[in-house]
Amino acid sequence: MLKRVHYRSSYLPYLLVAPQIIITILFFIWPAGQALYQSFLLEDAFGLSSEFVWFDNFIELYENPNYLNSFARTGFFSVAVASLSMSFALFFAALADRVIKGSHTYRTLLIIPYAVAPVLAGTLWLFLFNPTLGIITYFLDAFGIDWNHKLNSSQAMGLVILAAAWKQISYNFLFFIAAMHSIPKSLIEASAIDGAGPVHRFFTIILPLISPTTFFLLVVNIIYAFFDTFGIIHAITAGGPGNSTEILVYKVYNDGFVGLDLGGSAAQSVILMFIVVMLTVVQFKYVERKVQY
Amino acid sequence: MLKKSLIAASISAVLISSSLSAAVEVNWWHAMGGTNTERVNKIASDFNASQSDYKINAVYKGNYTETMTAAIAAFRAKKQPHIVQVFEVGTATMMAAKGAVYPIEQVMKDSGVKLDKSDYLPAVISYYQTSDGELLSMPFNSSTPVLWYNRDAFEKAGVSGVPKTWDDVSSAAKKLVGSGMKCGIAVGYQSWGLIENYSAWNNISLGTKENGYAGLDTELTFNNKHVVANLQRLADMQEDGSFAYGGRRGESLAMFTSGECGMWINSSAYYGSIKGQAKFDYAQTMMPYDSTVTDAPQNSIIGGATLWTLRGHTKDEYKGVAEFMQYLSSTEVQAWWHQETGYVPITKAAHQLSKEQGFYDKNPGTDTAIMQLSLNQPNENSRGLRFGNFVQIRDIVNAEMEMIWNKSKTAQQAMDDAVAQSNKLLRKFEKANK
Amino acid sequence: MIENRPITTFVSHSVLIIGVALIVFPIWIMIVASTHDALRLTQVPLPLLPGDQLWTNLKSLFEEKDFGTPIHLTVFNSLVMALMISVGKISISVLSAFAIVYFKFRFRMFFFWMIFITLMLPVEVRILPTYEVVANFNMLDSYWGLSIPLIASATATFMFRQTFLTIPDELMEASRIDGASPMRFFFDVVIPMSRTNIAALFVILFIYGWNQYLWPLLITTDPDMYTAVMSIKQMLESGEGEPQWHLIMLTALIAMLPPILVVIFMQKVFVKGLTDSEK
Repeated sequence: MLKRVHYRSSYLPYLLVAPQIIITILFFIWPAGQALYQSFLLEDAFGLSSEFVWFDNFIELYENPNYLNSFARTGFFSVAVASLSMSFALFFAALADRVIKGSHTYRTLLIIPYAVAPVLAGTLWLFLFNPTLGIITYFLDAFGIDWNHKLNSSQAMGLVILAAAWKQISYNFLFFIAAMHSIPKSLIEASAIDGAGPVHRFFTIILPLISPTTFFLLVVNIIYAFFDTFGIIHAITAGGPGNSTEILVYKVYNDGFVGLDLGGSAAQSVILMFIVVMLTVVQFKYVERKVQY
Repeated sequence: MLKKSLIAASISAVLISSSLSAAVEVNWWHAMGGTNTERVNKIASDFNASQSDYKINAVYKGNYTETMTAAIAAFRAKKQPHIVQVFEVGTATMMAAKGAVYPIEQVMKDSGVKLDKSDYLPAVISYYQTSDGELLSMPFNSSTPVLWYNRDAFEKAGVSGVPKTWDDVSSAAKKLVGSGMKCGIAVGYQSWGLIENYSAWNNISLGTKENGYAGLDTELTFNNKHVVANLQRLADMQEDGSFAYGGRRGESLAMFTSGECGMWINSSAYYGSIKGQAKFDYAQTMMPYDSTVTDAPQNSIIGGATLWTLRGHTKDEYKGVAEFMQYLSSTEVQAWWHQETGYVPITKAAHQLSKEQGFYDKNPGTDTAIMQLSLNQPNENSRGLRFGNFVQIRDIVNAEMEMIWNKSKTAQQAMDDAVAQSNKLLRKFEKANK
Repeated sequence: MIENRPITTFVSHSVLIIGVALIVFPIWIMIVASTHDALRLTQVPLPLLPGDQLWTNLKSLFEEKDFGTPIHLTVFNSLVMALMISVGKISISVLSAFAIVYFKFRFRMFFFWMIFITLMLPVEVRILPTYEVVANFNMLDSYWGLSIPLIASATATFMFRQTFLTIPDELMEASRIDGASPMRFFFDVVIPMSRTNIAALFVILFIYGWNQYLWPLLITTDPDMYTAVMSIKQMLESGEGEPQWHLIMLTALIAMLPPILVVIFMQKVFVKGLTDSEK
């Protein structure tokens, strides 16, 4: 790949990848293949009768204006979640990396939000922003802000973005700080002796050196926002008001898992996978060039 | 191989039960979280203690959707439970799966256990009967929307009498707001209360083909002028706060119990929660009817969940299912369940027993739901709903209603759009279940 | 400290304190909620400071006998599941990433993308077919069924790839000149140099495993196999009964303790990594 030199061995690399590949095939590729096949079927929930309908499930999606609208919505949501959680995490990591006193405490506290069970995370934010009881709503009200994400689409979108980004900040923070720790101190000292200030050092030394991690996090965050946020949306807005927070994966989850429309949901997963694979290929092809290994 | 092991399992089950006379195990997957888990466990363990032939294993499998999906996943892998609890909107899906479900009436008959349908409250079981009257599943936790109101606030605002019609509700709401309340009325589970039950209560149909009972080629018609006019009225009431929207599910409870809203339409089963939280004098009464549609309300329809039996097990085990259903329907168990949870009892005798025990005197208003459900003999508009893909249809209706509330659409536009999208789902369901 | 700049340090601390306070605020509210009684949590405005009901709540949580599975058992199950998932994921990913970065072999890119693609569909979306596979292997109601299907990890493989790529090539060349085998190099150089990342990943994956909900819910039917997160969710799903916020928050906090202990323990490894790199 990107190494200049490689080992050569006829069997060892295959042996090394084997466990991962076997589990991937059994528990991912095989079921995902079935989901793929399902996207061409019209089937009842119990699988008692099924009919091969070619592209009917896809055509139906194409004819659904709500579905088409959710592409733009998903894009906005994902970019917002990824940029919000990454920039905050990077900022905190840079500060926490600098200080000596209390750095333990800062780190532990910043990682804690990740430990909140995802099934509770959405509900917790709902508890804070409940229009009647919520403690944050109460303070917003004191500032003259009328909070009602049940009717106001932008507030609803803001809240799900906030909750989804909050959940991911710890993750990003942890990897940023791990990356900063593996930078040899001698490099930074040398630069300090040359008279570079902390901000300058951050941009000229630290940021380029952690770019492999940043690239890793960028890919992971986009995928997180695309795929792993339906639980939060389900708990906070259930896609409302109207369809204003219905992103693609929420609809996959809701139609398939809740509504038991397996064919339609499978067709949506196929489209979703296609988009993200494309997105990832683009990231690897273009963004990775800027990464310094 | 699976078949073999199934056979082996059943043979060994028979052997064990005959030789060691150990209990036959029956698995029951349910969706009763919170404090109701304890109550379900108590029912199961009491049944197990009451006899020694069968053992019910009550297993919590998540909320309604999770439980249903778990059962379907298990069925596809031939690991299904004997009994699964399914919410009322899943009825059409379960019913259409003829090879998967074993109608409870049939289970009882095949096992030689008595089932007299006339013992049951008609409005409770009619939702789960075929058009020929066969009972498909056993109602377990049922409730119906009622009108909750804040007596103290009524007095302060000078509202005299209990609202009976939507006109009464509207004028009471205005007075409440006039007396300084933040809102007049809120509604929980809006699609259930303001569309499904509005239609049944006012004796108009929600869709064609007897609300779906008479065929899968049914179409929804709730974009009629009555539903639309009532929703538009509520939308207009938002102007001065006499109506406020509080979310798709039951979370508007807090708006009522915190004293923000003077009235609330939602399930009768909220009795316990309101009792625990409201610091004012509250009461429940029947849902308002629409005097522009009718002068005499019909009956409301139930919500909640029922117990379905799944195929693929042994005769012996189904005998256990039948025995358990009989135990569950017994007067003492039903009266206890009703009084503990606030759900309506499924038999007339349990209602009678609760009356004799003085439960309704001690807890005034708790028989409102039963009275509202049995106000009249259920007819084709009011016995229940049988629409496929109904979970998604409710989502569509909720989304469209929210567009009325935030003024992106008029009531007519929203309902027209909701009906058009929902009918597409009905056609898809029809095609998938041919 | 590289140089002493008291003002920058002061600013750093202040900004960190404010930031941490904002991020941790929801957790603080959880703590507050777990120390009040049910009624207080339905009255406006909600409390901002802890109450005096913690002991009462703890007692009612542990004395609730027929609520299902006892809390020590659910915590144990979660622990086993989380450890199996995190250790499993790390071991198979570190091996496959090593192969992909350090070897030239046929289908290398094919394997990489095959692993990578598993990132693209969360288990919830492909749950029915995955369940069927597990059922066919007779892995329902077992720790194997709980963990093995979740062990394939694109994230971890990708992360190790990124880490290995930053290891200078000279180290490998030096090791080869010394006549060390690839696996020798792997254990003597690659693993020690990835320690901070392994620690970070362990924290993340442990918590990921610990917090699984839908998967354990589907594949366990034996209450003795239930996990801690399942019992939190069970309390949340109270139907028409108002959720018992004080008990939910308390259970959630208790369920967070093991992950937090892991975080604190891993801090030590971090510090060690830090001193190593200063050599």
